[in-house]
Amino acid sequence: MVEVNEKIAIEHGLKSDEYKKICDLLKRTPNITELGLFSAMWNEHCSYKSSRRHLKKLHTKGEQVIQGPGENAGVVDIEDDDAIVFKIESHNHPSFIEPYQGAATGVGGIMRDVFTMGARPIANLNSIHFGSPAHEKTRNLLRGVVKGIGGYGNCIGVPTIAGQTCFDESYNGNILVNAMTLGLVNKNKIFYSKAAGINKPVIYVGSKTGRDGIHGASMASAIFDDKIEEKKPTVQVGDPFTEKLLLEACLELMAGKSIISIQDMGAAGLTSSSIEMASKGDLGIEIDLTKVPCREENMTPYEIMLSESQERMLIVLEEGKENEAKKIFDKWNLDFAVIGKTTNSKNIELIYKNEKVAEIPIDFLAENAPMYDRKWIKAKLPKESTFSKDKFKSLKLSDCLKKILIDPNIADKEWIWNQYDHTVMGDTIQKPGGNAGVVRVHGTNKAVAAAVDSSAAYCHAHPLTGGKQVVCESWRNMISVGAKPIAITNCLNFGNPEKEKNMGEFVECVEGIAEASKYLNYPVVSGNVSFYNETKDKGIKPTPSIGGIGLLNDYKKMMTMELKNEGNYLLVVGKTGGHLDQSVFARNILSEFNGPPPEVNLFNEKQNGISILNLKNKNLIETCHDVSLGGILTSISKMSIKSGKGVKLFPLEGLVNKFEYFFGEDQGRYIIEIKPENLKNVENMLKKDSIHVDKLGLVEGDKITLENDLKISIDEIKEGYKKWLKEYMIS
Amino acid sequence: MKSSVIIFPGSNCDRDMDVALKKFGFENQMVWHNDAEIPKSDLIVLPGGFSYGDYLRCGSIAGKSKIIKSVIDFANSGGLVLGICNGFQILTETGLLPGILLQNKYLNFICKNVFVKIKNKENKYFKKIKKEILELHIAHNEGNYFCSMDELKSIEDNGQIAVTYCDFEGNDDEKNNPNGALKNIAGIFNKEKNILGMMPHPERMIDPFLSGEDGSLFFENLIESL
Repeated sequence: MVEVNEKIAIEHGLKSDEYKKICDLLKRTPNITELGLFSAMWNEHCSYKSSRRHLKKLHTKGEQVIQGPGENAGVVDIEDDDAIVFKIESHNHPSFIEPYQGAATGVGGIMRDVFTMGARPIANLNSIHFGSPAHEKTRNLLRGVVKGIGGYGNCIGVPTIAGQTCFDESYNGNILVNAMTLGLVNKNKIFYSKAAGINKPVIYVGSKTGRDGIHGASMASAIFDDKIEEKKPTVQVGDPFTEKLLLEACLELMAGKSIISIQDMGAAGLTSSSIEMASKGDLGIEIDLTKVPCREENMTPYEIMLSESQERMLIVLEEGKENEAKKIFDKWNLDFAVIGKTTNSKNIELIYKNEKVAEIPIDFLAENAPMYDRKWIKAKLPKESTFSKDKFKSLKLSDCLKKILIDPNIADKEWIWNQYDHTVMGDTIQKPGGNAGVVRVHGTNKAVAAAVDSSAAYCHAHPLTGGKQVVCESWRNMISVGAKPIAITNCLNFGNPEKEKNMGEFVECVEGIAEASKYLNYPVVSGNVSFYNETKDKGIKPTPSIGGIGLLNDYKKMMTMELKNEGNYLLVVGKTGGHLDQSVFARNILSEFNGPPPEVNLFNEKQNGISILNLKNKNLIETCHDVSLGGILTSISKMSIKSGKGVKLFPLEGLVNKFEYFFGEDQGRYIIEIKPENLKNVENMLKKDSIHVDKLGLVEGDKITLENDLKISIDEIKEGYKKWLKEYMIS
Repeated sequence: MKSSVIIFPGSNCDRDMDVALKKFGFENQMVWHNDAEIPKSDLIVLPGGFSYGDYLRCGSIAGKSKIIKSVIDFANSGGLVLGICNGFQILTETGLLPGILLQNKYLNFICKNVFVKIKNKENKYFKKIKKEILELHIAHNEGNYFCSMDELKSIEDNGQIAVTYCDFEGNDDEKNNPNGALKNIAGIFNKEKNILGMMPHPERMIDPFLSGEDGSLFFENLIESL
């Protein structure tokens, strides 16, 4: 057996003082298996040691919340007896090393988090970020990630209904793959991970344990260097077929009454699942490792405990229910083994070939894990740029528009979502490419909307504003399909927390998210943190991804963004100030990268959103789309391209700079289509609520026109918009 | 009318098919792959999905499962057997239908709406459908139909081509071929036309809020023809 010392501890990713703390707690030197347990539980990924203190600031409560952060996933009430279980999680590090398996197992892992709680997954989403399209690795990483996401989700038979794809050179060395799943559960039949009772059998089900993924969680807690290729063996390998069987078997077992608690084996495998269950129940746990079904021969206790083989679950059963449970897993051809029991020792005890190979108080591994108050610096709000009038002189609206529509962050992503099965389960009523994905709650009149958003440029320019903005954008996506926003899950992707600037970005983004979600009553119910997205000293832009969900009580009243009828009015709800700093226009057309992000006014955001829902409930809105990246003209173009219907824009009133008006990225705005006979009524209602509204134009013909300034056919803008990604991928 | 949907490990369109069959009036029952016998049925459906993970080859392991003998007996006695997507792949693996489904030409999974042209209405599956062109939905990685030239000739001579990929006007040329299938074939019959395998999913197109409604025409005809 390897002798443990400080050097070995450091190779396990522990710091010297952490190793010292372990020895002090144990009052002895740990053996190698025990050191493995500590390194797995005390790394950033599992312990949240840098983030915990700040995550407490998040707004996590609300009458809709059944379960907030701290469980496998969050749970919210969607009326009647229905609840939605949902969560987003990162799989960044493995996806960069091995894009297909990294992304696939990311999808598999998040689905397990959801069905562990008794919910049948009903929708998948993802947020993926890649380096510059010009970077040599980007194309292959994108191809691999998309294939991995599709390969797993398609096989399981859960529709992938929405997502976002971004490109920025800050991800050249660290791509982001965030996967989100929504599941549906009866709110009286939710399963939790807290173990209860002594001498209850601990059951292992699912795939066999192999040597794959050992130290995956530690790898996800480290920065990359030149030797990342060597880390390939730490990436897990996914088997969606087994996961499908595991899903069906677990749901079948859950229909009965034999489960006390259940937990999937995710990061740090058997170690974290067993310790978490015992820790939450304030119990001890004893495991006989000889009984763990292994795929390979002669696996050591250390390997068995740290393997991250996929598609495995740990269950604490009621006594005497073993045979009943085994029958179900036999039917689905899955391994089933009683590997231990709960105890009152409050220790984790590992037995291997009749010998005790580890014994550690659970507290040491869980509650006593280090927590750091890392130093951080507050970001200053950048000074506004002043754009001289000359800069606009030579520009034409049509040229700018065409260029913006083929910006990699704006261009159509159909090449991606055509590879995801988005219609299986027969309830997808809004496909990818809209404001949000929408699935019906099977067999009811209800539907659930979901979307994922991030705004790294804004967060990079000013983290506090950026954090607020992402939450608002998510809220707007819900409103735009006519859903009442319910709750969010967040995936916090950041650089190295040991650097004050990166830590500051994290702290302030979290504070921004907290403030907006509290104001909008849009609480955070689950999520994860991914630090150390850094390669050779270069970190990513701060990228919190927000996954939001909303409820439609009557799915027939869902709104879409396709323009409907010739002669209808288009209105912009919310005030346009013409904020160009940090916009796509500033970057792409003016080559200006500085300045503050658009201001977020939470009061207006809330008022505007609620007003839109009120108008929708009175059946006064034909079409709705939120105004985001690229501003009004970009949004209008997307609405036109989707429907094949043109727009006649009205001349701007007063001395407004048309570029600022049409490409500014001011927040809190929506474009709505209104029948002429409803115009007065709508304007009056909005005026009564003191909401700013502009008459933007009419649905007309097959071109987008503005007096003498703009005349462009839909076919002309559609071509570039639709083609960019397809051509990029084959070039 | 009684129908049976077979569930293999890895099937994932079994529920969708159950919902569709019931919506159009079938008394449907779900049958587990490990059962030896199929309850009395007027129609057997092999649903879409990834039976046995599609490991080895799509549909090949399902094609050897315990229930398949009963499906073959039922088909040989003239019973109606419908295979959608993975179900089509299984039918070719059992030999009930000729040919095989290869990986899509551009090597990507494809999920989108397509148009198909009905090539033969002298059968229970399409008899009373008033349209010639249907808008259906595909979602597959291996839908590239292939068979030998001799087989193709025999398929054509016997009117076994059921539906072909086309555009909204019915042009079933190479331009409107999403996956590289021989002759744009999206679905075929056996000689007797009691067995139909097709890649498109009619069960995903059964109400106006989904991708479309032409799937309803398919099921309405099916229950009427039986």
